[in-house]
Amino acid sequence: MTYQLETAAHPERLRRVAIDPVSRVEGHGKVTILLDEQNKVHQVRLHIVEFRGFEKFIQGRPYWEVPVMVQRLCGICPVSHHLAASKALDIIVGARKLTPAAEKLRRLMHYGQILQSHALHFFHLCSPDLLFGFDSEVAKRNIVGVAAAHPEIARRGVLLRKFGQEVIRVTAGKRVHGTGAVPGGMNKSLTVAERDELLKEIYRIVAWSRDAVRLIQKMHIQNPGLYNSFGIFRSNFMSIVGHNGDLDFYHGALRARDDNGKLIFDDIDYQRYDRYIEEEVRPWSYMKFPFFKSIGKEHGWYKVGPLARVQNCDQISTPFAEHERREFVDYAGGSPMHAPLAYHWTRMIEMLHAAEVIKDLLHDDDLLGDNLMVSGERQMEGVGVIEAPRGTLFHHYQVDENDLITMANLIVSTTNNNQAMNEAVRHVARRYLHGREVTEGLLNHIEVAIRAFDPCLSCATHALGKMPLAVELVDPEGQPIHELRRS
Amino acid sequence: MTAPLVVFAVGNPSRGDDAIGPVICGRLAKWLENEKLVDRVELIEDFQLNIEHALDLRNRELALFIDAGEKTPAPFVFAQIHPSTAISHTTHALPPEAVLQVYRQMEGREPPPAFVLCVRGEGFELGAEMTQAAQGGIAAAMVLLERLILKPSLADWCA
Repeated sequence: MTYQLETAAHPERLRRVAIDPVSRVEGHGKVTILLDEQNKVHQVRLHIVEFRGFEKFIQGRPYWEVPVMVQRLCGICPVSHHLAASKALDIIVGARKLTPAAEKLRRLMHYGQILQSHALHFFHLCSPDLLFGFDSEVAKRNIVGVAAAHPEIARRGVLLRKFGQEVIRVTAGKRVHGTGAVPGGMNKSLTVAERDELLKEIYRIVAWSRDAVRLIQKMHIQNPGLYNSFGIFRSNFMSIVGHNGDLDFYHGALRARDDNGKLIFDDIDYQRYDRYIEEEVRPWSYMKFPFFKSIGKEHGWYKVGPLARVQNCDQISTPFAEHERREFVDYAGGSPMHAPLAYHWTRMIEMLHAAEVIKDLLHDDDLLGDNLMVSGERQMEGVGVIEAPRGTLFHHYQVDENDLITMANLIVSTTNNNQAMNEAVRHVARRYLHGREVTEGLLNHIEVAIRAFDPCLSCATHALGKMPLAVELVDPEGQPIHELRRS
Repeated sequence: MTAPLVVFAVGNPSRGDDAIGPVICGRLAKWLENEKLVDRVELIEDFQLNIEHALDLRNRELALFIDAGEKTPAPFVFAQIHPSTAISHTTHALPPEAVLQVYRQMEGREPPPAFVLCVRGEGFELGAEMTQAAQGGIAAAMVLLERLILKPSLADWCA
């Protein structure tokens, strides 16, 4: 199986440009581009260079440790791993239906996570590109540059993220790596004081989230030539969908559509996900390539995340976000939108929905209840699936009679988007680099395409001095002729 | 009441010497309790520094950032830092100087005097144990930290 521009016919004769690691994404990635002497692009690959190895790391550990341990995967989205693992282990302890208090507390935690992650991504990872331009001055193209030129936008970004972190802190016990969810339920509810503190802020958070949707919508409308076509490729898409086809980040059934929006499968219990999805290993990347079994490797790959979710659901249950979803669908003209930059628009619709759901939950007294745990008949295997900020996240465990983990399989959101990100990068390379002299601004176009997916490429060691960005230009003989490095 | 000194300790406890920050944070917490100084110092432990940490600088007299370092001088470096726009390419983990800069631009005033204590680490692999060298660095850093916290003034920290 080969994809266009994935593998060059004669790589030994080509010049190699490496972007290593990709900047402003979570974790480490590397893009290599092979060019000939006329700067024509022959091969483009997004490599994941850090081997996660987490599935092995947790084998042999007691299952009840897992919801806390898996958070070590990531400093940006630990709540998603915490909850996906907890949902899988709910099945192991026979807790197929949680108490209303426990489920609502988990939802509150998760929607706080969606809010803070989407705010961080939009305001602090992508707004520099969107506000200043993809090839603007590199020293200015960062959050500090945004704070200087657009202080109110930067301030709102900080406070939106801070609010989401507070929601996580009161539900999980800590801002990062809490312990709120346990197999079978939750170990704490909200106090009246905690709820009232959040209620003071939530209406402002909803208002700012509405403004954020308008900001990105305006960018699309003002520059459709760029936003509707940059890095575009068509693909299938997948997410979980909640009750009655609602957008739901916490629980639902699997639904997939083809590039025209036609259903491929629907209402699938995710305990049986492995009947529908298979993962392919390719020798040049540590990250697997999932695809729908019914379609096969070549055409069965798909995208996940905000752009998939907002177009896969039938409606959104909260009024402001549903209004914005309809605006987006109308703009797309009745067929699925595939432009990667539309991820930003849909991400902001989701942030608004998360804010509205948090507002509604904070008015629900179930959050203060103390009936938090259930159990049932012990099982040996369980799957937990959640819509993490970046897309569908699968945790699958098998446990022995001594309560030790014997098998773990994780399909993280970024893995689900692996082929899609590679396709976006190849499209941008063809459109912007082909036949031209490579500059920092042009290389940033590649990074903009990757960032639209908000990938999390396995965190999170960050020690001072450990995350430089190196751009290497290598001639056809393999000799480095130029290197840029920033740290 | 806000503690006059805030200490940020960052790192991933599951990645070998990246745990230097969290380990120091744990030891400091015990020491502060024994010395009855908990109301003088707020400890904030996190995986990474990020934008919202600028809000934790409000109403402080001093700030200290503790982190592991790769290829930095052993056993540690202790130095005053200042707001800077010359930041990393990544904003999912800001360097301390950028946190100070975000504070300056959000609040419209200078941040409190701030210092970084960077303890050298040798290995950062997932699941790895902390190295002997890092443990030695932590022990040396604790001696300095206890002295600094007992004299929390800019003049003493610069001396």
